[in-house]
Amino acid sequence: MAAAAGEAAGGGGGSPSSARRRLRIISGHLRGSPRAPGRGALSPSPCKAQDGSAGPTSGSIPKKRQELLKWNGWGYNDSKFIFNKKGQAEFTGKRYRLGGMVLPTFKEWIEKTFGASLEHKTTSRASLNVNDVPPSIVNEEFLQDLRATKISYSQDAEDRVFRAHGHCLHEIFVLREGMFKRIPDIVVWPVCHEDVVKIVELACKHNLCIIPFGGGTSVSSALECPEEEKRTIVSLDTSQMNRILWIDEKNLTACVEAGIVGQDLEKQLAESGFCTGHEPDSMEFSSLGGWVATRASGMKKNIYGNIEDLVIHIKMVTPRGIVEKNCQVPRMSTGPDIHHFIMGSEGTLGVVTEVTIKIRPVPEYQKYGSVVFPNFERGVACLREVAKQRCAPASIRLVDNAQFQFGHALKPQVASIFTSFLDGLKKFYITKFKGFDPNILCVATLLFEGDREKVLQHEKQVYDIATKFGGLAAGEDNGQRGYMLTFVIAYLRDLGLDYYVIGESFETSVPWDRVLDLCRNVKERIVRECKEKGVQFAPLSTCRVTQTYDAGACVYFYFAFNYRGISDPIHVYEQIERAAREEILANGGSLSHHHGVGKLRKRWMKESISDVGLGMLRSVKEYVDPNNIFGNKNLL
Amino acid sequence: MKCYTPVIYKGLSPCKPNAIKSAVLHSEQVQYVIKQLAKEMGESPDIIQEEATEILDEMGHRMQLGAVRFFAFTLSKIFKQLFQRVCVNEEGMQRLQHAIQEHPVVLLPSHRSYVDFLMLSYLLYTYDLALPVIAAGIDFLGMKIVGELLRRAGAFFMRRSFGGNRLYWAVFAEYVKTMLRSGYAPIEFFLEGTRSRTAKTLTPKFGLLSIVMEPFFKREVFDTYLVPISISYERILEESLYAYELLGVPKPKESTSGLLKARRILSDNFGTIHIYVGQPVSLRTLASGRISRCPYNLVPRHLPQKPSEDIQEFVSDVAYKMELLQIENMVLSPWVLVAAVLLQNLPAMEFELLIEKTLWLKGLTQTFGGFIEWPDNLCAKKAVLSGLTLHSNIAGLVDGHVVLNDKGVEDGAVGEIVFRHALAVLMCATYRNQLLNVFVRPALVAVALQMAPSFRKEEVYSCFNFLRDVFSNEFIFFPGISLKDFEEGCFLLTKCDAIQTSQQEIYPTDKGSGTVSFLSAMFRPFVEGYQLIFRYLSKEMKEAFTEKQFIPGVRNFVFQLLEKGSTQCYEALSSDMQKNALSALVQLGAVKKKKIPSGFTYNVNQEAVSKILDMFGKYSLINLKRASQVINYFGQCTYVRCSDFS
Repeated sequence: MAAAAGEAAGGGGGSPSSARRRLRIISGHLRGSPRAPGRGALSPSPCKAQDGSAGPTSGSIPKKRQELLKWNGWGYNDSKFIFNKKGQAEFTGKRYRLGGMVLPTFKEWIEKTFGASLEHKTTSRASLNVNDVPPSIVNEEFLQDLRATKISYSQDAEDRVFRAHGHCLHEIFVLREGMFKRIPDIVVWPVCHEDVVKIVELACKHNLCIIPFGGGTSVSSALECPEEEKRTIVSLDTSQMNRILWIDEKNLTACVEAGIVGQDLEKQLAESGFCTGHEPDSMEFSSLGGWVATRASGMKKNIYGNIEDLVIHIKMVTPRGIVEKNCQVPRMSTGPDIHHFIMGSEGTLGVVTEVTIKIRPVPEYQKYGSVVFPNFERGVACLREVAKQRCAPASIRLVDNAQFQFGHALKPQVASIFTSFLDGLKKFYITKFKGFDPNILCVATLLFEGDREKVLQHEKQVYDIATKFGGLAAGEDNGQRGYMLTFVIAYLRDLGLDYYVIGESFETSVPWDRVLDLCRNVKERIVRECKEKGVQFAPLSTCRVTQTYDAGACVYFYFAFNYRGISDPIHVYEQIERAAREEILANGGSLSHHHGVGKLRKRWMKESISDVGLGMLRSVKEYVDPNNIFGNKNLL
Repeated sequence: MKCYTPVIYKGLSPCKPNAIKSAVLHSEQVQYVIKQLAKEMGESPDIIQEEATEILDEMGHRMQLGAVRFFAFTLSKIFKQLFQRVCVNEEGMQRLQHAIQEHPVVLLPSHRSYVDFLMLSYLLYTYDLALPVIAAGIDFLGMKIVGELLRRAGAFFMRRSFGGNRLYWAVFAEYVKTMLRSGYAPIEFFLEGTRSRTAKTLTPKFGLLSIVMEPFFKREVFDTYLVPISISYERILEESLYAYELLGVPKPKESTSGLLKARRILSDNFGTIHIYVGQPVSLRTLASGRISRCPYNLVPRHLPQKPSEDIQEFVSDVAYKMELLQIENMVLSPWVLVAAVLLQNLPAMEFELLIEKTLWLKGLTQTFGGFIEWPDNLCAKKAVLSGLTLHSNIAGLVDGHVVLNDKGVEDGAVGEIVFRHALAVLMCATYRNQLLNVFVRPALVAVALQMAPSFRKEEVYSCFNFLRDVFSNEFIFFPGISLKDFEEGCFLLTKCDAIQTSQQEIYPTDKGSGTVSFLSAMFRPFVEGYQLIFRYLSKEMKEAFTEKQFIPGVRNFVFQLLEKGSTQCYEALSSDMQKNALSALVQLGAVKKKKIPSGFTYNVNQEAVSKILDMFGKYSLINLKRASQVINYFGQCTYVRCSDFS
């Protein structure tokens, strides 16, 4: 189960495209003409391959991922930031609302923030050099057995390299400039649960190492192959297991194959008028199995819950056999919940094949919003109050000043003089009339969802609270742009890489009373570490409070710097990232809220869950997978 | 009028002293303790809150620019009267200026005189830096107008002891932390806790330090700068007062009339003041890798929490480190060297010889890292003479010889003579003492060399270790690094050619015997004084006693010996040494200290004390006396082992 749910690797979470899609679905729904169910997806058929149907149907992501997705960067091949002939930033493609738009202030922002210059450019290799790729070493007997199962597989270099990494900075850097020391030897595409059972059996028989791969959006080094692994590494790509097996409208559940990616799941459920509401920022690419394997969190968890709240039943294939429950009930008291061994196991125990997940009717109405606060402190106090009153909208986020300015830089060219006049007026009102300092103020972005009436009521309640903390309503547009930022940020990193700017995001969860201290200290630590490590330009070090809970919040950091003049930027970057994590832990934050541990954060596991805790997890691993077939070395 | 616009902490949100008080009163920390106490005592929280308000009113400063200006004006007049010059390291002030903007700053000056904090505030004001709030003893409040004036100049007042009073502790700690967290002003306090009457750095107190470190431990601030500041006086304002006090003539209570009487000192000259503002030390850097973060993550931060052993140890280490930095940066005047030489050559010393030895000692001090301020191009003679002039109350030139000025009134009874002499010796010692912490490591090696039965390294080290333990209250040693201290001592002695070391042995060189003897003579008053005090304890104190009984008892004991002439160790009369010796025995387990309602009682384990006395071994009183004769012929004598004397 390739970790998938990284917000950092953010995709089109609350993107306009999803909003538009929903609208289309709703209107379709109202016309009362539900489309024909796709591909017989709603029949509980055992296995496509055995059906003799024409192999796996295509989801949004093809088997040959490189045909649609960048091989050395984030997202779709056709979508990227470029500087056009006039030297203005532009976003290409038609997939996103930002597509084809010119961003007039963006260049200036980049130059000002990073000291970067368009003249200093690095270029990635244009394509993969197949000769560099480590050879595929696969035992012939295993290949024979594999062929007998009729499960599709590939030993192609491109296929293998594509599944050798997630989207950590160092992984992308390697793709652009080097080559991984160890990559999978073979990629297999099971199309159903039974296929997975067969593959795991074969792996046990031939003593191979399996690394499950879902959406490939991991940001914890979870997909990297352990260099010292001598056995054949099988990358088990779940992408072809992407059907909705059934929908149970009475209980509002759906049983879904684990390889389905977020956007397909929502699209297909929407055809029946439902949704899961689980929208991690990477949902375009990340998979259901990956969400389960990393304990993912979605933007709208305030309404729908995180993955652990959504899951009703999990089926997982392990070397020891299949693990599942005997019923699909909302809760049971039968000892520790075995789901909690599976969720967050990061592919170390087995492959999740089928998940029964809660569904909800597609909401009638959706509305963005935003509030400006005079400073971050007031903003956090407001979010805390909202959490206390348990009236958080589907999503509520508070971005700090730097991120507010960042978002501002992504404002497209305005169409008319009138709008630009209005913008000026707004700015005047907030900064001059209300006395907000444009270099201190911060913005909360909001997303409301539900019945139209209730949404409007809810909206008023939240704005009333905000007013008490000095907040000023700042319109839907600002809110929407805030959410847009989270999905384009991953594309932005690729642009940055072209101009000596490297960056990454990381996250944590923290009790309410420590939120401010943690944000301030971590940002400061990053700035200092950069200085100490010889980074010549002050870094971008910014955060947002991105989720609220009763007892605390999830905080999300972006960190990027211009590495010109540094000989080993990745090493420096990693040192700083590590220091930032140390700082988080020292400030009472968690090791991870939803990105997971992978191999990147393993060193802090003992400190995080105690020796005994670690022993408990180890003993589960030892029982379930004594020969370490699932040998990706994550977590433990 | 001066335009005062200090640089301030970057994160500062300006507020009034009263706003701080109210923030403290309503803080979770204080409210928690109030509720707890209310529950325990069955009282209404309002009453306890009232009490807390009173504590705050008693404690809190009311810094006002007007008062500050008034002080600045008067102080500049007074200081000009009293002192010739005030020297400051400019780059230190600049570093401080940067530090103040960056993170909360804690100023840790040495404490030799009341002038310390007045001078420091005056200095910061002059340099346009944020004025500190200063932790002052509550006794100042006894001074009618002055107490309030100090309050307005930024002093806040702490009771001398409030260990048992939880409310007081909570309010006080929160008051300090609130000011620190908000970066309201640099916080200033004295690690030594009180003015050192002996000019020797006192062992640190940890209470306030641990309070100012806590916001960092809990990550309420990103970092905190600790700034060691060394203030040294060519002549200490309170010198005679201290000597009297050490001899048991009680310290006058702070009172305004007392201050007015002190006016007459205005006509006196107190020489130069040297202020060295040390490099700000980042607490974060000190703590990195030292502190496990767990304990603070698992309990809400506003709950009072007893610091873990780790933390306590760390606080203690930091305290010692800061004091060692104070010592390192302390400017030493030529007179300090003169005093050190003179004390070894009583009753009289030829002027020329004094000059020669002072010069020699200057070299040695510099080798050991002492920071001597020797006025440019000033020949040794002039330097010594100017010292003698400034300190004419202590020593003077008679017929080409330098003698202590201990005559006073016409010769009276024997007791009177002893007392007057002791007074002069203690005053003189105050200046020599400023050298001791610079010299202590090599000197204790030198003493150990004379104590040890052979030159074998282990044996010398074991003696050194013993001395270091015994004198752990007397001198400043970083905790737990005995071997390192020993090696440093050996290194410095080797550096000045006083000793040679082989694989197994350490032995004095012929050339260096003078140095070794000088060093051991320098510390002899302590070795001898401790032995006297231990002897008193092992012989005279069969029953439990209190400190109040102990001090006069031991003073009488020593006094009689001095009268009889069977010892020359006048410094054993110093109550400071007496107290230190007693607590050394407590630490060594030879004396049991028990808490009783009115204080502490002590119980001597005779056997253990005799054992410790034995440890001093051959380095007995008689030997010392003879050795001192040898050293009087310093310069000509060759090295003689102690054993040769017995």
